[in-house]
This record gives sequence, C-alpha cells and structure tokens, in this order.
Amino acid sequence: MATPESITLQVDGQTLTARPGQMLIEVTDQAGLNVPRFCYHKHLSVAANCRMCLVEVKGAPKPLPACATPCTDGMEVATQSALAREAQQGTMEFLLINHPLDCPICDQGGECELQDVAMGYGGDVSRYTERKRVVQDENIGSLIATDMTRCIHCTRCIRFGSEIAGLRELGATGRGEHMRIGTYIAQSVASELSGNVIDLCPVGALTSRPYRYTARSWELHQAETIAPHDGVGSSLYLHLRRNQILRVVPKENPDCHQTWISDRDRFAYTGINHPDRLTQPMIRENGTLRTASWSEALQQAADLIRATRAERLGLLASPNATLEEYYLGQQLMTGLGSRNIDHRLRQVDFRDDAVNPPYPWLGCRIAELEQNDITFLIGSWLRKDQPLLNHRVHQSVRAGGQVIAVNPVAYDHNYPLALNCVVSPAQMACELAGIAQALKADTEGLAVTVTHAHQQAAEQLRAAQHGSIILGTAAQMHPDYALLRRLAAHIAQAAGLNWGTVGFGCNDLGAWIAGAVPHHTTEATTGQHAAQMQQGGCDTLILLGLEPEADVADPQQTAQALTQARVIALSAYRSPLLEQTADVILPIGVATETSGSFISLQGDRQSFAGAAPPPGEARPGWKVLRVLGNALELAGFDYPDSTHIRDAALQHHTTPLPDNCLGPDRAALQPQATVHNWQRIGGVPIYATDAIVRRAAPLQATPDAWDDTARLNPRMLAEHNLSAGAAVRLTQGEHSITLAVCSDARVPDGCVWYPTGLPGSTQLGASFAHISLEPA
Amino acid sequence: MNTVMNYLRSLFLFELLRGLSLTARYLWRKPFTLEYPEEKAPVSPRFRGLHALRRYPNGEERCIACKLCEAVCPALAITIEAEPRDDGSRRTTRYDIDLFKCIYCGFCEESCPVDAIVETRVYEYHFEQRGEQIMTKQRLLEIGDQYEQQIAADRQAQATVR
Repeated sequence: MATPESITLQVDGQTLTARPGQMLIEVTDQAGLNVPRFCYHKHLSVAANCRMCLVEVKGAPKPLPACATPCTDGMEVATQSALAREAQQGTMEFLLINHPLDCPICDQGGECELQDVAMGYGGDVSRYTERKRVVQDENIGSLIATDMTRCIHCTRCIRFGSEIAGLRELGATGRGEHMRIGTYIAQSVASELSGNVIDLCPVGALTSRPYRYTARSWELHQAETIAPHDGVGSSLYLHLRRNQILRVVPKENPDCHQTWISDRDRFAYTGINHPDRLTQPMIRENGTLRTASWSEALQQAADLIRATRAERLGLLASPNATLEEYYLGQQLMTGLGSRNIDHRLRQVDFRDDAVNPPYPWLGCRIAELEQNDITFLIGSWLRKDQPLLNHRVHQSVRAGGQVIAVNPVAYDHNYPLALNCVVSPAQMACELAGIAQALKADTEGLAVTVTHAHQQAAEQLRAAQHGSIILGTAAQMHPDYALLRRLAAHIAQAAGLNWGTVGFGCNDLGAWIAGAVPHHTTEATTGQHAAQMQQGGCDTLILLGLEPEADVADPQQTAQALTQARVIALSAYRSPLLEQTADVILPIGVATETSGSFISLQGDRQSFAGAAPPPGEARPGWKVLRVLGNALELAGFDYPDSTHIRDAALQHHTTPLPDNCLGPDRAALQPQATVHNWQRIGGVPIYATDAIVRRAAPLQATPDAWDDTARLNPRMLAEHNLSAGAAVRLTQGEHSITLAVCSDARVPDGCVWYPTGLPGSTQLGASFAHISLEPA
Repeated sequence: MNTVMNYLRSLFLFELLRGLSLTARYLWRKPFTLEYPEEKAPVSPRFRGLHALRRYPNGEERCIACKLCEAVCPALAITIEAEPRDDGSRRTTRYDIDLFKCIYCGFCEESCPVDAIVETRVYEYHFEQRGEQIMTKQRLLEIGDQYEQQIAADRQAQATVR
C-alpha cells in the first residue's frame, strides 16, 4: 500500500517506488533502467529541451520526457515500447541533422554520449541531404577548446554556469537553427570551475585544450588518486598512456566534491613533467652541484646530519606532502633527538602554539556547508583558495543562506554578501572584536566601538541555526593570526556556530596527525617552528618537497637562512634558490608518483597508490626518508611499504576526531599588525599555490594567474600621481623590486596587493607587512 | 580373372606408365615456373603488401590521427602520436608500423575513414640494419608518393565491391 511518502509505479513491467513528485528519470536511474538523455544531469536543474528521454506513459496522448515528468501513484511507463522507440529515433534523427559526424577527428570520439545513444537509438541512414550549418568557434581561453558546430544545444554548460559556477559566462543567443552557444561578451571563461563543462558536454563541442588531439579514450588506462592541491580531498581519475598522465577527470564523491573538480585539480597535471623536474641525486662538491649516485648522496646527507647538533637540525615540510612522509620525517627528527619540524611554512604568527587545537580542521563536514544559514569568511578568498568549499557555500546562498566577510581585499565572490567588511590588514582584528563585542563575547582586550555593521553582523550570526566561521589562507598568513583565531572562536561560541580553518595544502590535517609540528608531542619540550627555522635557527635544514623561494612566509629571510645553513633538499623540482644553496638534492616523486594518504579538511583519510613511476632516478619521498633513516642507523625504519607507515602514523594519534578547541591557558596577545603609510596585502593566488601548479602552462595562461603587477585602488593611484602601468619601486626592509602598478578597486586605501608565490615576490619579505612605495 | 589382370598390370608397370604419361603431357606444356626476378607473377589489386600513407591531390596528407588503425591492429604493430598542427588541424607527429610485428591482415586499411593507410602491391623489400623494419611516417608517405598512381587505380578498380 502506497504511503504519502512513497508511491509505486510500473516501469517496463517492474514495480518501482518513488517519492511523490520525483522525476521519472531519477527513478529509472535508481532502478538501473536506461533512458537515453542529453540535457538531464542530476546536479543541474531540469531543462527538458533535448527531448531524448521521451517515454510512453499510459493514458498520456503523446510520449512524455522522463526528466520532466513527475511520478504519480499507479503510473504505467514503457521506456522501450514501439511508441517510445519511435519518438527516441525521431529525436535522434533531428539531433544528427546538424551534427557534423566528424567523429574521427573529435576528441570525444569513443566516449561520446551522442555516439552511444545514436548506436542504441538512432536509425541506420540519415534522410537529410541538405547542407549542414556551421558555427564559428570562439577562443574561450587556454583550458577549453570549442567546436561549436558539434553542439546539440542541451544547455548543460549554460545551466552549470548559472547554478554551479555562479557566473553566467556561457549563454545561448538566437533561436531555432540560429541558436548559438557562446560567451555573451567576447572574453575567456574565467570561472575556477570552468573545466567541468568539458565533462558535462555530451558531445565534442567543449573539450579539454591541453589534451586536445593527443590521445583517444580507448588508449588510456585509468588510475585513482586524490587531488594534491587543496584540502578538499577531491577524488580524481588519472588517465594515462605509456605512464604519462594525459588528463584528469573527477571521480564522483557525494560527501566531498560531488562530480565537480576545480580547474587547478584538472589541469595541474600539465606541470608534472616540466623541464625543472629533478631526475638525478646531486651533491655539492667544491661549491658546485654535481650529479651523484643515490648511495653517495644519501651518505653525504647522513654525514651532514650526524655532524649537526640535534637542536640545530630542522625539517621544513611542504603542506602537500603525504601522511607517510610527515610521519617518517617526524620519526627521523625524533630519532635524532630534535623537535624542529614544521609544515606551517606560510604562517608568521606562532604565539598561540601552546594552546593550539590538537587537530585543526574545517569544523564541519563539507556537505554541511550547504545547509548553512550563515557563513562568515575571515581573511578568506574561498572562491579561489578552495573552489569546491566555495561551491557549497554558493549552494547555501542559493537556498537562502547568507555570507558575511571580513577581508583585507574586496575579493569577488560568486554570490552576494550580506556584509562585506573590507579593511586594511591591521584593522581586521578590530572589526572582529567589534562583532565579538556586539555578541557580548570576549574581545581579547581590544578596545572597540561597536558600529551598526557590527550589530547587524552579530544579529545575523545569532539568528542562524547552522553556520560556519571560516578562517582562510589570508588570515593564516596574517601577523595577528593568533588573535584572529581567538576572536573567531569567541564569536563562534557566542553565536553557537562551528568554526574552522582551511589551510594552504592538501594535507594539513595529516601533518598535524603525523606530528609534523614542533609542539605536538607527548614530551614537554617543543622545537623550533617554521618561522624560527626560516630566521636561521638551524645549522642543517632538511627540506621536504618545497620550493623555498615560493612556499614560505618570508622568501628573503628563508634565502638567507638557507645560505647560512647546510641544506638537504628532498624535492621534485629544481629552483634557483635550491641550486644555489642545497648541499644534497634527493629527487622525489610528486603525489601522482608515490603511494600515500591525505587527510582532508573534513577529516577523511584517503589513501592512493602511485599512478606513474617518478622520472629518472627520482623515488617516492617515503622511500627516500626510509633509506635516510637506515643510513643514520635509526631504529624503526624497516617499513616494507607505505601502508605500514600509515598504520603506524594513525595508531599513534590518540584523539581520532579532528578538533578545533583552543587550549585553556592563554596569554594575553597584543596586535602585531600596525598601521603604516603603506601596508602590503599578501595571500597566494590560486595558480601559485604549489610547485606543480606554478609550472602548469595552461593555468598560467588564464586570467586568474597573477600578471606580476602590484595592485592599488584608483584613488590611491590618483593621490600619488601614478597611472596604471607605471613602474614603482616596492621596498620591504633591505629588499626591493621594481614592477608595474595596476588599478584594482578591490584594494583598501593605503594598501598594496602583491601576493607571495610569484616570481617577483621571491625578492621580498613576508606578505603582510609594511612596505614603502615610490615611483621608479 | 582379377588375379590375372593384376599380374599383367604389375608385369608391364602400368601405374608407372600412367604416371609418366602425366609427366609427358606436362613436358610439352608451357611451364608455370617464373624466372623471378626477371619474370613476376601477376598481383591482385587487393594484394596486401608494403604499407603506404597517401596524400590528397593537393599534397595534404590524408591521415587525421583518428587512431582507428592502431586500435584495430591485432598485432599491435602501429604506434601513433598526435597533436594539433600549427593550423589547428589534427595530425600525427609519429606514425610507426613495425613490419616484423605486422601480419598483413589489412585491417588498418579497412578501418581507415579517409583511405590514408593502405597496403600496396609492393612485396619486394628487405632490411639490412636493425630498426629498419620500423616504417616511420616519413617513409610511409614517401612510399605513398611513389606508388600513388597505382594505389589510386587499385582503389578505383575495387570501388564497386568495397
């Protein structure tokens, strides 16, 4: 007997149950009955414009589209009846009228929905002999290639733009045969999720430009991995031919990224086989680097380590290393009697290390962000830093939720903000304290006057049932990070919301769990943190997978520290600073070339196997660390494979769940960021986050890649008699560079927006600091 | 009676004479043997010999790197790499056939949508160095250019039955 919650219907003689109002195609998909479709996609709205999913419904005078027909109780449906088949065949014939049938040169050939459906439902011979239409292609950027003649107007890409990417970039103009899909204004598609239209397009109209014409789908073999560029932990399929990654596509994971992935995850593979890859161990002899054998290089590394006192030995690890690498690194340092290990390379404020939460994380499951009534972004350009977290926040806004932000730059979001508080970095803590005061929470001793905006934000936060406060990467690079974090925790507590941090790497949580932090130990002693090591606190530094000029908070200070210290670098890429300063270079594989585990922002441990061998003599990082441990005759370095290391790493962490609680004994904090004539705003642009992404040429050709200019707002430009494009000299301490300025209304007064991770910013110091600017 | 007949046949070597009569008949006929290499046997237009890559009459290579021949090849003798050419068209950058692997089945020719890869009537070739058996794109195109007239004529002759 059917209840109001579930109804029964007959499809092809099978009895199926459905929710009232559920669309027919969802029910047939669940039952594994195949109904052909082009425009329907489960994560997009229903358009019902391709007419391919026509089925016969008893009682209806004409065939009905399954994607737009709600189920009713007792409905009788035939998907394969003569009427349905005739309707499907007719639709197929119409769709093929203008399709060019250039399958042999089409990249979609072999994996094309139109090909498959034409095989299953189409006729043998076309009756159409007239001329076919031709559509001129647009250049829409370095990521997506267009062949719009092949388009069948399913409008998936258009709906993706408005519903998922939040940018109406692609649209349809004209009607009937004159309908064209293109950009409204002639420009390249700039969404950070744009690559998903390649997967959505059922034909070969939108294809991957870096992959263009290089392979056919049947030549590729598929390997699974986890995205190594942000903490979302997207599951990916790598498609390889002859051990070379030719493209990356998403693997569905409803708890995490659904079916979407960011362009960074999709196209970063193009940077893996860059000429900068290290393929041979190298050692420094008489001041110059020369290639060496592994045994020679490891011996040299072991000798350097043995010759250093334990408290002057340090290890800096990239935030993108695997759990296994962190654990072996931690074990190596512990075995040598040192606690100088850290992965928080871009953080500058370590004053709260004593009260750090045990395993800081996002604060909620990623899917829960969609249910948020309010999301509070602090120092976060979520859209560019973690595009798929932002996608969830965007969905919460579409469902009626609100977003407020306190940011040093008026970052552009793809949804409207209820309150967008843009202040210079030095005032961020005051703004937060104002909101805390309005909520009657602890303000950490900051004297503030509560403004109307603070009251408004406080009311919205208090009124929310579900909500998240997210501390982004700009907050973590801020000189008052400890203060911002405490205020966020107070606000969250007063408003009854959860709060969390989203870090720089894909495995921040893994680093905390494996113990790649100086204070995180059962012993009372703490070692040097990343900033102390960057300031020259060590005589010998081991670098694990980082590019020292771009992956750190203060490139100039790091360069000085590396020049003075002995450097053992486990690195996949060569960089000028490494070649200048490294005494031993041990080439390692990138994430796709090693087995390992990442722990995502929401606390999921995901392991993966290496998909391709590392180039040349390079070896997976965990193997190099294991052999280094053996060379140093340390105990406990006899793991047969990486899964044993993972098990050991996870067995040692006592709290299984991630946790954001700050410790109780908090010393008072004074703000360190001070107002100056000019304040530099840092951050890391989306395509400068790690060594692979920085070398991915297609990503560097997008509008999101930073064009090595300093950005000032138009008012400041006018005040200082500067025109856009004029050369200026930026000076930070002893270091200065000359570069062009450009006008950007998003930057607050008195600030210069110039991030780290860029070729030019290696010449400067920490990214949120005072700076002087004069015309060059 | 049979015994007597058998005895007589054995006595006069009847079977031998019958055999020799066949020999004698063929002795005066025109011989089948060809004086290769001075003389050569006729070759069918369907003959599957040395491979060639063809061009269009305007000189443009036909192959569009669809890789169907590579996929269909049962001996995995074909290796293709492709990328967009400067004018944006889909072209091979490498097209190798390993003639030691090839079994001359002709599937590559049948699968080709643009009649680019063909098997010619040429069956007289040899290799003197290791590696020479790998026919590169360059060599295949040269063979195509050399025998284009004959290849085109053969395709024409077979057009009605293909």
